[in-house]
Formats: sequence, C-alpha cells, structure tokens
Amino acid sequence: MENIMQIKDLKTYFDNTNVLKGVTIDIPKHEVTSIIGPSGTGKSVFLRTLNRMNDVISTFRKEGTILLDGEDIYDSKVDVVDIRKRVGMVFQKPNPFPKSIFENVAYGMRVHGAYKKAQLQEVVESSLKNAALWDEVKDDLDKSAMSLSGGQQQRLCIARTIAVEPEVILMDEPCSSLDPISTTKIEDLIHKLKNDFTIIIVTHNMQQATRVSKYTAFFLNGTIVEKGLTDKIFIEPEDKRTEDYITGRFG
Amino acid sequence: MARNWEEFFIEKILLIAAISSIIIIIAIIGFVVGQGYTALGTIGILNFIFGLIWNPEYGLYGIFPLIIGTLSVVAVSLLFAVPLSILGAMFLAEVAPRTMRRILRPTIQTLAGVPSVIYGFFGLIVLVPFMRTHFGGSGFSILTASLILTVMVLPTILSISEDALRSIPVEYKEASLGLGATHWQTIKNVIFPAAIPGVITGVILGMGRAIGETMAVLMVAGNVPLIPTSILSPVRTLTANIALEMGEATGLHYNALFATGIVLLGIIIILLLIVNWVNYRQRVTIGGGYL
Amino acid sequence: MNRMIPPKYAQKIMNVVFWAVGILAIAILVMVIGYLLYVGLPQVNLTFLFSDPIDNGAAGGIWPSIVSTFYITIVALVVAAPLGVLAAVYLAEYSGENTFVKTIRFATETLASVPSIVFGLFGLAFFVVYLQMGFCILAGGLTLALMAIPTILRTSEVAIETVPQSYKEGSMALGSSKWQTVIRVVIPAAIGGITTGIILGMARAIEETAAILYTVGATTTVPVSLFDGGDPLPLHLYTLATEGISLPNAYGTAAVLVILILVITFSTNYLVERYTKKMMGR
Repeated sequence: MENIMQIKDLKTYFDNTNVLKGVTIDIPKHEVTSIIGPSGTGKSVFLRTLNRMNDVISTFRKEGTILLDGEDIYDSKVDVVDIRKRVGMVFQKPNPFPKSIFENVAYGMRVHGAYKKAQLQEVVESSLKNAALWDEVKDDLDKSAMSLSGGQQQRLCIARTIAVEPEVILMDEPCSSLDPISTTKIEDLIHKLKNDFTIIIVTHNMQQATRVSKYTAFFLNGTIVEKGLTDKIFIEPEDKRTEDYITGRFG
Repeated sequence: MARNWEEFFIEKILLIAAISSIIIIIAIIGFVVGQGYTALGTIGILNFIFGLIWNPEYGLYGIFPLIIGTLSVVAVSLLFAVPLSILGAMFLAEVAPRTMRRILRPTIQTLAGVPSVIYGFFGLIVLVPFMRTHFGGSGFSILTASLILTVMVLPTILSISEDALRSIPVEYKEASLGLGATHWQTIKNVIFPAAIPGVITGVILGMGRAIGETMAVLMVAGNVPLIPTSILSPVRTLTANIALEMGEATGLHYNALFATGIVLLGIIIILLLIVNWVNYRQRVTIGGGYL
Repeated sequence: MNRMIPPKYAQKIMNVVFWAVGILAIAILVMVIGYLLYVGLPQVNLTFLFSDPIDNGAAGGIWPSIVSTFYITIVALVVAAPLGVLAAVYLAEYSGENTFVKTIRFATETLASVPSIVFGLFGLAFFVVYLQMGFCILAGGLTLALMAIPTILRTSEVAIETVPQSYKEGSMALGSSKWQTVIRVVIPAAIGGITTGIILGMARAIEETAAILYTVGATTTVPVSLFDGGDPLPLHLYTLATEGISLPNAYGTAAVLVILILVITFSTNYLVERYTKKMMGR
C-alpha cells in the first residue's frame, strides 16, 4: 500500500490558540479516508491545512510536516498555487461561482492556462459525467449555476474540482447541507472517484464514514485518538473514548 | 390612555422630521426652478443649452461651453480615478496586510474630509505653477482641475467599491483558491465580476461628486467660458459659472444662473436614478445571476 | 485574459501595482497636508488667531473668521442634529419598507448629492431674499443645516439599525412603550454612531464654502448677532487666495482649517473605535 500524504506531528495555531496538538497520520493512495469526531476538535482545520487554505488567515501558524508524494508542501520553494491544484477541495456548503455551469467547470482550466474551446468542452463534459451530473445539465450549460438545486450544486463543485485533475480531493462535510437523496448520490460518486483520486472526507455522520471509507481517523481535542481500518474502528475500537463517541455517548 | 396619546403624538413628530428631507428637496427644486424658469422662457431652452457663447454683458446666455467644460473635467478625472480607486479597493479588501489597512483606511477617510477649498488652494499654489512650468500655458486647465478632482472623488469610488468587494461571499474566494487559482486570478475572475454592480454605483456617485464640485475647480480650471481645444485649455464648469457671477448678477443674468442650477440638479437626479436602477437590478439578479 | 503572462508573474506584477496605488494615496495626503502645514504653521500664532484682519485680511489675524465658523456651525447643528436624528429614529424604528419610506430615502439621497453651489442658490433665493434675512450668519447656518441633515440621518440610521433586536424585545417584554424603549434602550446603545453622524455633519458645515458664498456675506468684523454678516474660515481663505490679498495669511488660514479638520477626523475615528470595542465587549 502506497501513502500519498504523510502528516507528521502537525500542530496549528491561530494567534496563540493551539488547535491541532500533534497529528500524525498517513493517507493511502486511491482510498477514501474519513475524519470523524465531535465539533470543534480541529477536523476542518486539519483538512484546510492539507491544501494550505489556512494561509489565507494571517494569524495562522503551523509546526510539523506534511508530505505530498514525499515533498513538504509548506517548503518555502513550493508554490502554494501548485499545491492547491494538486490537492483539491469540496466545501461544506456548495459554493459555485455566480457564473454559468460551463464556466464553473472550466474555471480551473482557464486559470491554469487552457483557452481552446474544444479542449475546455471536452474536459467540462468528462468532468460533469464523472460527477454524475452530465445527464441533468447537458442542455443547460449556459444557465447560471445558481439555478441548480443544492445537491446538483455540490456535484457541480465536485466536477469543478476534478476538472483540474488533482491527486487528492479534500471534502469538508460535503453532504451536511443536503437532503438524503442527494447525499446518496454524492456517496455513490465518492465510491466511483476513488479509482482515480485519493479522498479525505470530514464527516459528522458515522454511517456515512462506514459507507464510503476504507480508513477512519477519530479526532478529539486536536489529536487523533484512534486511526485504522474503518471496519475495525467501528466494530472493535481500542480506545474507550472512540467507543463512547461511535456509540453516541458523547459528541 | 394618556400614554397612548403620548405615543401617537411622538410618532407624528418623528414623522414630520422624517418627511423634512422630502420638503427640503422639493423646496430646493421649487425655488431653483422658480427663479430659473423665467430665464429659460426668455432665452429659450435650446438657445440656453446649446448656445455657444456665454456673455451676460451682451445678453448672450449659452451654457454649451460650460456643459463641455464640466464633462471634460469629469471625464478626465474619472479616467484617472476609476482605475486607481478599483485597484485601491482591491488592495484594501483583499491584499493589504493588517498594518497597511490600519494606515490606509484613515488616509482615505481624511482625503475625503479635506475641505474642497483646501484642495483648491493647494492646486492654486502648487499644481498650477507646476503645470505652467512643465506643460506651458497659464497652468489653469482641464488637466489641472482633473488631477485635483481625481483626488477628491477617489475616496468615494474606493470606499463604495471596497464595500462591494468585501460583500462577496468568502466561499467564492475559497472555491477559486481551492482550484489552484492565484490570488490575482481569483480577484480578477471571481470577486471583481461579482462586485461590479457595487463598483458601478461607486463610480456614478463619484461622478456626481465631480460634477457638483465647485470651489476646487473654480480655483484651478481657469474659468474661460469657451469650448476647450485641448486638455491644457482652461475651462469653466457649470458650478464655477454660478459661483463666479452670482455676486454681481441682476435681472435676467441672475435668473440665468439659477437656470444653470436647474441643469445641474437635473444631471444629478438622473445619475441618482441610474444608481437606484443598478442597485435594484443587483437585488433582482443576485442568486439567479449569470455573469 | 493574460494569455501571454504566466499567472505567477501576473500575481507578482499586480502585487507591485497594488502596493504602488496604496502608497500613492498615502503620499498624496501627506503631500497636501504636509505642504500646507509646512508653509502655514509659521504664520499661525496667538496674535494671528485672536486679532482682527487689517485691510480685508492683507494683514492682521483671523479672529472674526474663527467666530463666524463657530456660530455658523452651531446654527447648522442646532437645526440639523434633532431633525436628522429624529428622522433616523422614525426610519429605523417606526416605519416598515413601503413606497413612502422609499420616497424619503430617495429624497435624502438626492439631498446628499445636490451640488453645494445649488444649496447656495437655494439659500440665497429662500433665506436671504424670500425670508428677507439678508446676508447673515443665520441664512448661512440654515443653508449648511440642510446639507448636514442627510449625513446625520444616514449615519444615525445605520447606528440605530445595528442595535440588536434582543435589546428592544427585552425592553418591550418589561412593558415599556415603544418610545420608552427608543429613549432608554435604543438611543443609548446607538449613541456612539449618532455622535459620529453629528460630528460628520459638523465637519461638512465647517469645510463648506460654495453654499455660503452668497448667503453669509463677507463682513470681516466679529459677528455679534445671528443677523450679522460673517466670513467663515473657508470663505476667508478663498477670498485671500483668489483676490491676491495676502498669501502668507492664506497659508495661515489654510493651516488652521486643516488642523481643525484633522482634529475632527481623528476624534471621529477614536470615537468609532472605542464604540465598536465597547459593543463587541458585551
């Protein structure tokens, strides 16, 4: 088994508030890894550190290393833009741009220098197909993305992300604002996507973790309490706190 | 029951205060039009607006050169001020680090608060001699007035644009950055297009301020009521015309200056209607918008 | 789109441009204010501030102008502050959103955008001629009041609207009437914003020139009654500068005006900052 990302002793600070207190985990390639845990334990912060999204916040500071394909993504020689291209992100709330469906998917390629209409069309089509949205929108590509339903918008955001062909896709509770049917569609999509991409998904929903992921890490108060195969964690957790959480005794 | 009467009474007082704006604006329009329309009748609206010569001593009241004067000064100043303001707004809203913002924001605010007569005075003693030395002529010109006006309208356009840029949901920005766009690409392709209605509002309000500005322009534009031939020609604006001649005007001349005021008021009201229309469109199209 | 320039370089170029624009804005302010203080401050001393001008300002001081500015600003505020604040209370607390309120808003917006020289025309036609006040402090002050109303109104309205609904509900739930709630809860909570609005209105009155050009006259003696003419600072500066009376005295007057405005701007900033801190602290 090959690990695409290796995170070692990661600590993060906002001003002087310590959020992550030493997180170490390896992310296996072309698998789905779930991050579970109660609110406010640093799951989102962790995810946003993996594509340097926290760089936007001026008070953010981190210690420890994050390797992507063996290369430190916080190295001063590394281009942050390149990292975000390689590590894509799908957000909690669908956030399509107020542009047409086509332009949303084409956006990433445009900013990375693709201008030929034919090439754009090809990638837009394949990305939308990959995101299981093509059949629903193929006649309305010029319509505003805002006219889509919440579930469609989220799949559009996934299509937009895979159009850039990242190696890793980070998903921050991608279904939290969606109805059950849309959630099922996204989960099916995640299953399909793991053939081509590595996926790290933060979720509040433990059934979702068991359904979509092979590996799971349980976060509590800025540290990982337990990590490993999802089946093992949910069936016979080693740590008492993990057991309490998955059986709903706190959280 | 006494309390109900009191409440009723207070509400009526507040209502009167609230409609005072309406009363004042109607009174202003009423009096300015009242004093000006006789001149329009005597001179003829077309002769007044398109007349090429303003020379009250000979009974010639054509404000066309003044309209051109106002337009040229406003156009040139916007040419400088719009790009500067938009870049400045992007800088403040997106790029500038905290310490820089803490310096720049009060700076812009102070620039907005400097009295126009101070800008005019600075223009008169510094900019006019400078232009005279480097560009020839008297130094009083469209360009000189435009440079001063640029500084005066910059705060208006900049702060409204900054608000507009700031109001764009952070999710758009994150989505764009998350796709590996650079910060500039994100600003240019996502944040700015979404903020355009607000920016337009800022530009129009800045334009209104430039059209209405009197003292600064009066002191540096040269005030020659002729159609300018170059950017270095002196011009007289509509506002300057009133300020210059009101002191000694009587009879038809006095009324003609009020008629100039009517034209100014008309332009400002049209601009405001456009702003309201843009804002209305913005409200209607947000959410379902296609940019 | 910049097909030619790679995104990374475009980013670098734009960073330079952004910083240049920001620094330019600061440089302009420093240059204008710095220069005027540099040439003006040496002219300012106690004699200059507190003595009468000689020969229309060719020599002597600016005391009558300081008094005129003071009077005219007081007149403007006495009229504009209550009207503006009460109107703001009505718009924020007593009215819904209907055509009537929209009309009031549009009227206020228009009032805020009317060129100052047009206010001057109105002041001349209405206060000076129609009401037969003549050129005087009162006519000028009332004209300035009309200009200050929209500033005070809008700033106060925003301040009142940001008072949390829970405060109002808390008061109402105790059986207070609407007006009692406004007086005891809403206005105290919004007082910082309202004060800011009044100071901004004051700044507008102090700096305005065009609107008083043909309403206060240009008497260079100290005004005693409201019906005396006056020569407020900006007007005095304008006359000195454009009629070539005395450049040194113009420098001095400009410096005094600049300092006045700087003091006002900084005190507003200070107030706003303290106010927001206090509100956030709760």
